Amino acid sequence: MKNNQSNFNEHEVLHELKHFLPAQAPLKDFIHHNTLHSFQNLKFYDALHQAAKIFGFKTTLSLNDYRNLHKKGRIDTEVLERIIEAKKGKAELELWKNKLFKKQFDYQIDSRIGKLKANWKNNYKIDMDALVHPLLFRIVCSYLDQGIAIWNFPIEHKGFLSSIRELERMSYSSIFNSKRVKDLLLDNNCSIEHLLEILVGDETLYAQYLYDQQFAHQGWSGMVSFIEDNPNALLDTKKITLHDFIVFELLLEINALDSQYGNNWKPLKDNLKERPTPLFAPVENTELNEVIMLWQDVYEWTYYDQVLAGVQLGYDNKAPKKAKSFQALFCIDDRECSIRRYVEQNDINCETFGTPGFFGVEFFYQPKNGKFHTKLCPAPVTPKYLIKEINTRGNKEKDVHYSKKSHSLFQGWIISQTLGFSSAFKLAVNIFKPTMSPATTSSFKHMDKFSQLTIENKNINQREGDLQIGFTVDEMVVRVQNLLNSIGLIENFAPLVYLVGHGASSINNTHYAGYDCGACSGRPGSVNARVMSFMANHKKVREILANKGLVIPDTTQFVGALHDTTRDEMEFYDEDLLNETNKMLHEQNKKTFEKSLDENAKERSRRFILTNTKDSAKKVHEAVKLRSVSLFEPRPELNHATNALCIIGQRDLTKYLFLDRRSFLNSYDYKIDLDGTFLTNILKPIGPVCGGINLEYYFSRVDNQKLGAGTKLPHNVMGLIGVANGIDGDLRPGLPSQMIEVHDPIRMLVIVEHYPEIVLKAISQAPETYEWYNNEWMHLVSVNPVTRKLQVFENGQFVPYNPLITKLELAPNLNHLVESTEENFPVFLFNN
Amino acid sequence: MEKIIQLFILIPLLGFIISLIIPSQNEKLISLTAFTSVGINFIGFVIFVIYWLFNGFPVLNLKEILIYKTTNYEFLLDFYFDKITVVYLFVGSFLTFLVTIYSRYYLHREHGYKRFFNTILFFYVGYSITVLSGNFETLFLGWEILGISSFLLISFYRERYLPVKNAIKVFSIYRIGDVGILLAMWMSHHLWHENITFLKLNNYELVHEHLQNHSWIGVFISLMILISAAAKSAQFPFSSWLPRAMEGPTPSSAIFYGSLSVHIGVFLLLRTFPFWEYQYSVRVIIGLLGLITAIMGSLTARVQSSVKSQVAYASLAQIGLIFIEVAAGFETLALIHFAGNAFLRTYQLLVSPSVVSYLIREQFYNLTPRVHSSKFALPKRLQYTIYMLSLKEWNLDWFVYQFIWMPIKLVGRKMKFLNFKAALVLFIIILIGAIAALQNESAIPDQVHRFLPELIGLFGLLLVAKSFAERQSVMVSWTLVLMNNIMIALAISFN
Ligand SMILES: [Zn+2]
Repeated sequence: MKNNQSNFNEHEVLHELKHFLPAQAPLKDFIHHNTLHSFQNLKFYDALHQAAKIFGFKTTLSLNDYRNLHKKGRIDTEVLERIIEAKKGKAELELWKNKLFKKQFDYQIDSRIGKLKANWKNNYKIDMDALVHPLLFRIVCSYLDQGIAIWNFPIEHKGFLSSIRELERMSYSSIFNSKRVKDLLLDNNCSIEHLLEILVGDETLYAQYLYDQQFAHQGWSGMVSFIEDNPNALLDTKKITLHDFIVFELLLEINALDSQYGNNWKPLKDNLKERPTPLFAPVENTELNEVIMLWQDVYEWTYYDQVLAGVQLGYDNKAPKKAKSFQALFCIDDRECSIRRYVEQNDINCETFGTPGFFGVEFFYQPKNGKFHTKLCPAPVTPKYLIKEINTRGNKEKDVHYSKKSHSLFQGWIISQTLGFSSAFKLAVNIFKPTMSPATTSSFKHMDKFSQLTIENKNINQREGDLQIGFTVDEMVVRVQNLLNSIGLIENFAPLVYLVGHGASSINNTHYAGYDCGACSGRPGSVNARVMSFMANHKKVREILANKGLVIPDTTQFVGALHDTTRDEMEFYDEDLLNETNKMLHEQNKKTFEKSLDENAKERSRRFILTNTKDSAKKVHEAVKLRSVSLFEPRPELNHATNALCIIGQRDLTKYLFLDRRSFLNSYDYKIDLDGTFLTNILKPIGPVCGGINLEYYFSRVDNQKLGAGTKLPHNVMGLIGVANGIDGDLRPGLPSQMIEVHDPIRMLVIVEHYPEIVLKAISQAPETYEWYNNEWMHLVSVNPVTRKLQVFENGQFVPYNPLITKLELAPNLNHLVESTEENFPVFLFNN
Repeated sequence: MEKIIQLFILIPLLGFIISLIIPSQNEKLISLTAFTSVGINFIGFVIFVIYWLFNGFPVLNLKEILIYKTTNYEFLLDFYFDKITVVYLFVGSFLTFLVTIYSRYYLHREHGYKRFFNTILFFYVGYSITVLSGNFETLFLGWEILGISSFLLISFYRERYLPVKNAIKVFSIYRIGDVGILLAMWMSHHLWHENITFLKLNNYELVHEHLQNHSWIGVFISLMILISAAAKSAQFPFSSWLPRAMEGPTPSSAIFYGSLSVHIGVFLLLRTFPFWEYQYSVRVIIGLLGLITAIMGSLTARVQSSVKSQVAYASLAQIGLIFIEVAAGFETLALIHFAGNAFLRTYQLLVSPSVVSYLIREQFYNLTPRVHSSKFALPKRLQYTIYMLSLKEWNLDWFVYQFIWMPIKLVGRKMKFLNFKAALVLFIIILIGAIAALQNESAIPDQVHRFLPELIGLFGLLLVAKSFAERQSVMVSWTLVLMNNIMIALAISFN
């Protein structure tokens, strides 16, 4: 990353540049990831300081924010003192307290990005960005467009630059005003190096110039870079490279200068008064950084301390194991945290589990009539299997308002005088009485409830391309066994075991893909739940499992289901396959679920100010459902906002803690995994999935303008791949403010119920897993399964931790609790 | 019956004023004020229209507040009510009503919640005044309020760079519309020697008689009206501002630029139709302008890859057709077309975020290998040329930059000698002097008296030019326009 090399190595610079650009997928595949993934090789705080200094991002709350949180009691003084003493020594306590509370600091961070390119403005009074960006964005958007424009980019499959060259060659009009620039393009005399020679002139500045240029619109650059690496991220695939994009931008820049000044301008180096600091020169640490670092630590540990105290104090379930009425597996998703609590309360004999919502089956899914395959497993996995939907009922509805015909002149003339009046009616109806429409994204549309799936592969030759259709019995056995072992469900099976995937519903929501199950690559988990149930119900599979010692009684049946987290509705699949007894039991359980869904909706509603939480659960639930189909509702649900914890262990660890929907819960029984084999596998996705979600929320929250998408209200959809402000703005990666406004920006605390040495062994298996904890992008605590003693992972080893809190309040009646406030709750204990 | 008309301005005005004094944390009360005042207005209006229909839909005219009067000049607010008013007010009230309810939830917790509703109500006041106006002066008042509220809504996210830049851009184009109307007003005083009401324009003999002797003035006035209408309705060559106005929250873009604000140009044409009805050359020009816009606009719409700009261009292409309809004299058709277009585009903009999930799902099930989608079998070279021109918006943005901003900037630089303070001082001196002079009009020597209106008028024009060149502060720019209006009133009173 040195800039003062004498030779400009284009390949190397582009490679590094791509690494730093945002890596967000087009809208249809919104997948959470660490926004500052390019800094993950550094310690968390070092990364924050560097990113702030180099790219001008805000990477933490402001000093005032922390001080206000402290005033409000959200940051605890005792924790603060403990942390200062530990980090700075007892002697310096007062000194640092003074710095934290009172000292005035100069906040201005003079970031390095853009300094070199700013010289155009200083020397030539030319606002290059204003002249170049609108056209650049419009052309690249038209090229990548997935179906908004009626008239597509006329040439494609040649690559971006070649297409433009062809267009230029074959047209009477030109993108450029400058003949020279047109010739540069047509004569193919436009290597990046050559163009930079014209513009900049000094090899040692080239790399920095490119960074300045690309980070002036990191949204589009990131999108181009992402599509270059993942061409299948677009259904209508496009060939584009960051290289082509940069060349085109450089051409536009020369064009802007030429048309303003003709020949009367010189490369940047000629008028350069002083060389700007190289971007990646060492960043010095400041006292303000130290102070912020302490504040952030205190902020985080104020909350963690409560949780850890709760884990120690929580009611220890020594009661003898009774027969279970039913068992239900939910996704580890933090949104399922509360529904599990309600289900357990409404049927104290049931048992719930958490596991990543793809239920251990990885495959591509092709719905009936679908032209493409959808991946239904965590994003990094590439499945070898295909599940197809066949024999559906019902048709897909259409809405003529999205028809592009209304945009053409004569059809538009007719349409605006006819359909126009029905729009008025539709608008009025949606405002006064919102209902489902073809435009609503609903998790239940993902798969037809009554369709059939091609799950079993009876003949290995059944393939499509390089995908095998369905799973063989042996492949099923492995997956069922892994799933049940990983959550510790290997005996005491209830008559009914539910596998509940989850998804979301919304309308007028460009980020809809980010609302579904992250473990299913941002899709609902219904197909996975059904597929896994089929496998676990399969006779042969059970026979083989029994031979391996995992006996599932014949009376036990698995049922796939889908929980819509926005509407709090559930749908069950293949109910007609249940035997008579189970059918009856199922009807009873459905009532339990229904009641729990009402109560869950009520708990969620406390964050929705315009819904009256004090109404009865049923009534609130109706209001919550209405939100999901209302055009005017920018917050159909709050998604992962407030996420902060990931708990890996038995349910008893937190069953009697009120965690306020802030926790990912992964069931795990250390007793059947004494050497930590399953644990290694469980921990592998926790970083990229839970950590990715947590950090994306963190960064979108602390810098909603640069790292988040800003408010979604003025967003404009660009080419179906991203959103921008207005028509000339840059793409806005990250999360809109409506998704993060209630989020507390703290890192995730992972709590594992196992001996520290086993946990250490488990995270050490893969360097990429180890990096998450060692570089402090997530915190890790081990809970001794027998003594419940706590150990924190710090600097490569586990050290004991004793919570400051020794007593937790007993929660009042939950019903009253959720009615009381919209703010975050502290951790409470509760008894049934 | 006439008296009731003014209620449809007073109610929104009252709502607007109340909304100003509510503390900004009180979201509930703010939105409540907004949608009750708009709602009451809407319902009251519907009832009134029914009553009006039963009375045989007479044309109503209400001479209201007298602002200023001398022996040969009176400046008054005048209201007018006919079929055109009914359609415009109905569509406007209905959409504003729906959008206020919509925004009540949509803007929840948004920074600037109060500011948004203030501006919407202010806009609604301006819209009502405009469509109810009975003379140019009243119309201009509403017109200005529309301009200011547009500016405020485009720059709603004022901490960002692009919204503010685009707001100034749009505001400047609106200035062109202002100048057009001002000049039209100015010349029509010359023509009629009075504040002509729209009612009188219906009087064929009167109009005909005046125009016969001053046919060039007539053409000039009509062209100025056309320029104003074209600027406000984003017609050729001003089209490129419309998509750039889509910077505020989606609902405000929807009613402003999707529907109401952008159709005001059409309203102006409909309203002044009797004036230029017999100037066939003007009608041809209006029709041609509409045709050019319709063609360019729909071609540009075809290549847009962002939802809002696509709707914007499609909408202005339809307005081009409406211009043709108006020019051809199909008033009713134009009104129906206006209402349909306004409803459709509002809805399309409001649901524009849904387009992602909807079209991607469509694509998932229906993507077919790309066929060449241009319907006309044009030679490749021509196809590519049209594509590229449409992509570049037919260079209209560049054109406006080159032929409007650059000259204005130049004029502005030349006028540096007259800074705002100096202009203000000069303005006050002239105002006081002129008022004093008016009190003793008989004492002024004839030779001086003859030049007074021209002198004052010239100063007024200077103010307009200055306001045009003013790119820093919108308030200053607008104050200058206001001062110009007063100067014009003064000049006229010396006539
Ligand atoms: Zn999930």
